[in-house]
Amino acid sequence: MDVRFINPFLEGTSNVLKTMAFIEPRAGKPYLKKDSLARGDVSGIIGLTGEVKGSLALSFSQPCILKIVSNMLGEEIKEINGDIKDAVGELTNMVSGVARKKLEAMGLTISAAIPTVVSGKDHSIVHVLGGPSIIIPFEIDEGSFVVDVSLK
Amino acid sequence: MIVDKKIKILVVDDFATMRKVIRNLLKQIGYDNVIEAENGQIAFKTLQSQQVDFIISDWNMPTMSGLELLKAIRADANLAKTPFLMVTAEALKENVVEAVKAGVNNYIVKPFTAEVLEGKIAKIIESI
Repeated sequence: MDVRFINPFLEGTSNVLKTMAFIEPRAGKPYLKKDSLARGDVSGIIGLTGEVKGSLALSFSQPCILKIVSNMLGEEIKEINGDIKDAVGELTNMVSGVARKKLEAMGLTISAAIPTVVSGKDHSIVHVLGGPSIIIPFEIDEGSFVVDVSLK
Repeated sequence: MIVDKKIKILVVDDFATMRKVIRNLLKQIGYDNVIEAENGQIAFKTLQSQQVDFIISDWNMPTMSGLELLKAIRADANLAKTPFLMVTAEALKENVVEAVKAGVNNYIVKPFTAEVLEGKIAKIIESI
């Protein structure tokens, strides 16, 4: 995967969380992931097509997503429920939108499908392309989440 | 110009969470009179029975999209002048052109802050 693709997703994620949940996540060092195991308890995944193809997933630990969605809704959410799954789909959609806008500025036109959301311990993230993906780890005070992206 | 914060706003989005998020943002900027609809079709029905002063609608929805709702409203003599703010996940030029042709008052790209939303609403109200 071209390393130029990493920044739009990193910046897109920070931008979305800052704007929607008033949280500035701390990004860690990206690394290669070779298995399909999700790094979080709830994940949103979206397919991308066009001049760049593949998929993007956002995978959140439970305490992390509870804090994010509580901030987004202005009310405390204590468990992974329908609101949380809705929000994960919407966050995935928004990160993909902002990242695609940035990729478009690099001359790459990309369309996105509708996100799907999966939850539960040890669920899988199956990327459209198969094979390894790049993980961009993030942390907030309450927990961690990752952006898991596979593009070519 | 002082914007009347008591106006009734209809928020249309197929995601319940997004409707709550927009409602929450509206509350932060002083708009409390908010009703919701989960797609364009339900929104259009609501508009037949209730007076609504302002519409904030998502673009991408199954069962009547935001664009289809906008076209239906502009074609209805009683509703045609209702201010319409379109919410999109991306500002694709062809989409914006299509929405402008259909009579949208303005559009807002997700994610957005309460301040940006406030600015868009005020700008639309001032222009009509």
